[in-house]
Amino acid sequence: MGCNSSVAYRRSEKAIRAAILIQNWYRFTKARLETRRRYSLSIFQSIEYADEQDQLQLANFFTFMLDHCTHPDSVSHILTSPGVSQVVDEGLSLTEFENKIDVPDSYYGPRLSFPLTVEDANALLHAFRNEQLLHARYVLQLLCETRRVLKEMPNITHLSTSYSKEITVCGDLHGNLDDLLLIFYKNGLPSEQNPYVFNGDFVDRGKNSMEILIILFAFLLIYPNDLHLNRGNHEDYIMNLRYGFTKEVSKKYKDHGKLILCLLRDVFSWLPLATIIDSKVLILHGGISDTTDLDFLNALERSKLKSLMRPPKSVRDRQDQLKERIPTTRLSKHIANQNVAGKTQHISSSGSTEPSGSNLPQDPALKEWKQMLDILWSDPRSQNGCTPNKSRGGGCYFGPDVTAKLFERYNLKMLIRSHEFKPEGYEISHDGKVITIFSASNYYEEGSNRGAYIKLNPELIPRFVQYQVSKYTRRQNLQERVGTIESSALKSLREKIYAYRSELTSAFAQYDLNNTGRISVSDWAVAMESVLQLELPWRMLRAQLVQMTPNGEVDYMSCFYDLKIGQPTKQVQPALVETLCRYRKDLEIIFNIIDKDHSGLISLEEFGQTWKLFASHLGIDMCDESLDKLVLSIDYNKDGHIDFNEFLEAFHVVHRLEKKANS
Amino acid sequence: MFLFADGAVAETEKKIIEAFEVFDHECNKTVDVREIGSIVRSLGCFPTEAELHELLAKVEEEEPTGYINLEKFLPVMTKVLLDRSYQPIPEDVLLHAFEALDENKCGYITKEELVKYLTEEGNMTFVISVFK
Repeated sequence: MGCNSSVAYRRSEKAIRAAILIQNWYRFTKARLETRRRYSLSIFQSIEYADEQDQLQLANFFTFMLDHCTHPDSVSHILTSPGVSQVVDEGLSLTEFENKIDVPDSYYGPRLSFPLTVEDANALLHAFRNEQLLHARYVLQLLCETRRVLKEMPNITHLSTSYSKEITVCGDLHGNLDDLLLIFYKNGLPSEQNPYVFNGDFVDRGKNSMEILIILFAFLLIYPNDLHLNRGNHEDYIMNLRYGFTKEVSKKYKDHGKLILCLLRDVFSWLPLATIIDSKVLILHGGISDTTDLDFLNALERSKLKSLMRPPKSVRDRQDQLKERIPTTRLSKHIANQNVAGKTQHISSSGSTEPSGSNLPQDPALKEWKQMLDILWSDPRSQNGCTPNKSRGGGCYFGPDVTAKLFERYNLKMLIRSHEFKPEGYEISHDGKVITIFSASNYYEEGSNRGAYIKLNPELIPRFVQYQVSKYTRRQNLQERVGTIESSALKSLREKIYAYRSELTSAFAQYDLNNTGRISVSDWAVAMESVLQLELPWRMLRAQLVQMTPNGEVDYMSCFYDLKIGQPTKQVQPALVETLCRYRKDLEIIFNIIDKDHSGLISLEEFGQTWKLFASHLGIDMCDESLDKLVLSIDYNKDGHIDFNEFLEAFHVVHRLEKKANS
Repeated sequence: MFLFADGAVAETEKKIIEAFEVFDHECNKTVDVREIGSIVRSLGCFPTEAELHELLAKVEEEEPTGYINLEKFLPVMTKVLLDRSYQPIPEDVLLHAFEALDENKCGYITKEELVKYLTEEGNMTFVISVFK
């Protein structure tokens, strides 16, 4: 240390101690921020997965409706008729659209001419940056041409990185146009020198799914050998009903929306399933299972499977024999993983009630469905084995052993997939063999995550490029970002809490025998989990959700104070209101299906019938009288029809203390 | 040694399990060893680096795998919480620490300055001695 004077030594010692203390506090603060960030993302993810399971329930409901409705013809007509059958007609051509659909002079958006050129693509990019819409005629022509081109392609596309080209691979975009524009800005537009693979989930959730599709399809037509698209689990019309794409199209294209949706249903089913680069790198949306058979996948007729949400009929018949109704409790993801811990043999995704059991005789339709479900829905996990993906309700969890086996069988080196949100935009697993790439930044909320894309060079070494779109000109600091994410997550969670109010109240009451309005923290946490089943850290969240009494107990009704229903509906039972609140999304989908002419109105009778069926499927006890009263109260102009959007608005949960309007 | 009601111990354990699970990505009762610091701190503890290393030594496997099991972590952490170890140093002391380093009275110190104190050659011997 040298010959410091004792004073200098002491001062320096003091300084160092101070520095260490500050360092400790800094780490303490960072850790707390990190914890808040993580549980916020956990909230988003739990609610999203619970939602996806509900989606499967809904699909089951349609099946139930079809199989049990007293007027099967009308119902099946609703569910299977695409509305306009001639769209599927091969003969429909560009000129037919040109003749039938007029583009007014007042339209200043891009006017496409086929075959498309780079000028057209640039015009589209420019228009969408300025928030213009492409006219319906051009959309339909584009979709028509896209379908024609996709039909020529095999299920699995083989590419090579010849001529020292780097191939760029992008993951889920989910309607985030800003991310796509940012990728093109950083990485250049697609061209012969700049090939791209987009790995599915282009649509749903974000508000520009249509524009993303238009851009991707346009480049596909211009550079069919250099722009490649793989199908994702959201390229599925039933998923679109729930997750926003159908709504987006209907709103943007009022007159031609139905036609566009119909054609899209077809186009999605013609999207290729996978891409293989240099015979070594497999790219597909979800993942694999222990039964994945690439040769079989390459040979099947992919366009037959318009949606994977409903199993083929032969499977449904068998399912009906096994049980009446699908259970409504969700299997804990912790329990699911515990079941496989320590098992050395791989487990195929079978169970006595699972339709995908390998012990059942090989039904070709079943095999096709399962193979596609597996590649579009599965997720990798670090444990060996292959088990049903309980949190999603479809596909598998596949372990490193499953990956290794597939690689050996097909002589592969790497699997690139998407499908799962990753805070850094990408993640490497299975000892470097599996890469998850996710390209939708700020997926849950502003600041929630980065997006990324992969640059694959001719040696097949991946390089990752991350980015994050920001609507703020000044980047938020970590504290602010975590604050934004956290409050958004908690808002979603509170809405869920509201939707389960009566069940929660009775669960709390079980611990509060003297009706004091207070229970212990421990009991409160148990009650919350037993009703909501979201596997969240309730004790950590407690301070944000409820108020405490001076003696350290939970005032359990305080979690409902901040919330109320949008419009008070007087004559209606609170329990009914709550149920409608909880199933609002499902109802929206059902109504949209019933409302074939997209007028926004359905008849009272249709509403009543559907609601009764839905309620019985869910096992909800409902007396006819209360439903009739409700129905009458919403038929505001008494003309026998319900404007269901208004109706659903009435059951939208509102946050009483919402600060500013979303700007 | 204090006697605790069973309820308090059970409640403490549940708190710890919750915090652990926040960092347990794959829901298989293990976390990356590098996250242990965050978990301990998120439970309200304020360990020094030395104390953290001590704790890690108790919860690591015989042959470190890079992962910590809940099984081993839970009893150790429960004791920490029940003993009220690693209490935070009060904020006024923190303020004095800042003032000690902020010689020019700017009201702030920069990251570079802080790093300098912690890593500068002459200081390292002392820093390490504090850690030991």
